Amino acid sequence: MDFETVIGLEVHAQMLTDTKIFCNCSTKFGGSPNSHTCPVCLGMPGVLPVLNKKVVEYAMKMALATNCIINKSCEFARKNYFYPDLPKGYQISQYAYPLAEYGYVLLDTNGTQRKIGITRIHMEEDAGKLLHDEHNPVSYVDLNRTGVPLIEIVSEPDMRSPEEAADYLKRLHEILVYLEICDGNMEEGSFRCDANVSIRPRGQKEYGTRTELKNMNSFRNVQRALEYEIKRQQYLVENGGTIVQETRLWDDAQGVTNSMRSKEEAHDYRYFPDPDLVPILVDEVWVEKVRENLPELPLAKRERFVKEYQIPAYDAGVLTADKALANYYEEVVKLSLKPKVASNWIMGDVMRFLNEDKLDIRRCPIKAESLADMIRLIEEGAISGKMAKEVVEDMYKTGKSPQDIIKEKGLVQITDEGELIKTITSIIEANQAQVAEYRGGKEKVFGFFVGQVMKATKGKANPQLVNELLKKMLAG
Amino acid sequence: MKISSREVEYVAHLARLEVTEKETEKFTAQLNDILLYIDKLNELDTKGVEPMSHAIAVTNAFREDKILDSIGTQQSLSNAPDARGEFFRVPKVID
Repeated sequence: MDFETVIGLEVHAQMLTDTKIFCNCSTKFGGSPNSHTCPVCLGMPGVLPVLNKKVVEYAMKMALATNCIINKSCEFARKNYFYPDLPKGYQISQYAYPLAEYGYVLLDTNGTQRKIGITRIHMEEDAGKLLHDEHNPVSYVDLNRTGVPLIEIVSEPDMRSPEEAADYLKRLHEILVYLEICDGNMEEGSFRCDANVSIRPRGQKEYGTRTELKNMNSFRNVQRALEYEIKRQQYLVENGGTIVQETRLWDDAQGVTNSMRSKEEAHDYRYFPDPDLVPILVDEVWVEKVRENLPELPLAKRERFVKEYQIPAYDAGVLTADKALANYYEEVVKLSLKPKVASNWIMGDVMRFLNEDKLDIRRCPIKAESLADMIRLIEEGAISGKMAKEVVEDMYKTGKSPQDIIKEKGLVQITDEGELIKTITSIIEANQAQVAEYRGGKEKVFGFFVGQVMKATKGKANPQLVNELLKKMLAG
Repeated sequence: MKISSREVEYVAHLARLEVTEKETEKFTAQLNDILLYIDKLNELDTKGVEPMSHAIAVTNAFREDKILDSIGTQQSLSNAPDARGEFFRVPKVID
């Protein structure tokens, strides 16, 4: 049977504020256990939460960046359930009246754009962390993360394949990081994703029964988990089984999803408005103030790079995937005035070095200025492209300027005509047979002569000059 | 009846409350009365009246994003029924 996949994603992103959402404790990751806690986030009786204004502004940024409508009024609700990582017995979240709704993210696949709908974006607090004892029937609770601000971004069930889901996730991630409201670290859990997935016979209108997947801590794992789950559901349907609506955990080591069972009844969360927190009113003036301060977003930057620098869409995509990389590129272009050449060097050599060392562009030893200098030196004919390969590697290793490296290694190009004419003369004399072939019309032999000159000069000859001289001298 | 004793038991369980059979009976009757009273309120025509979730007319109570001292691990743990090292200790929960 031919099935269609239906996927919707729920993303939780930790906001990069200094303090928690409802109290003044630090949000810093990695503090000693329970050191960032106070009566409010510990859920002591009689305390009152007060909303961190920055959380609202950060959430508004994301809402605007994903084309949402920001509701004029929204409020917090209590989601009631018992779990030791949640000291109050309820999570403060938004339910009936979220901050923003009806948005979308544009996916661009080889020039075809597709809208993935955003159902809603709301604010809530994170829960604490549990460590399970391997030998004793106890768990240890660290409440440092309790009350760290989150936004939850819920998509429409608009994705039709695991690749599309991963693409959407990457775009969301990119936007959050561009906005500088989330560090996007998936391993540390500051960017988390749950997936709802179902299948249906192609052409059927109604959705099939969905399962919810959790515990995927990388883009790759989200895609793998979805691929596995779709196969599992297809197998069930084709073999007369039924899909149960449930939560399933991705097991990275085994490459499978397992039913979480338990907690079924706990899904009755009995939401109600939190009486401790008053409604939030957002007027047009506030929205416009936030909108004015939005940075250029990835998609806009991509389109501008293609237009302004005349580079392929692929290059623009790679260069804008990281804001710092895009800034680096623009700096090199500004100083070298060679957009495509700059893109080639960055996407080729520079990114290869960085990937090998798992380094970020922010920590690249080659300064944008140095790379621009190197590009200029090639343009001026001071070094050949081949020499530059060697130079750029040294620049990366030592952090030195290209001028210094060229001087130290004696990598100066031979641009002295007299010297080259001498070399070419002796090569022509020594290879009379090839000369005859060339003059007889076999132009391919030209390459052979170029090679010989380069060999004789250890690659230091200026290629343009070699071409020019060879053409003249071989013509006889 | 607006509510059954089964529903009362269910709600008690969700709130982790242990109730005796007699209490269940009593609460069922009481909750029934409350719900009947709510029905009476429902008779009122509220067309055109915005639903309200708070009894006070305050909105936008915010705090600046400024770190203040936390109370520290020792004090945080001091009320805990069980703790070990820098952690709260609870019966094992896995799912």
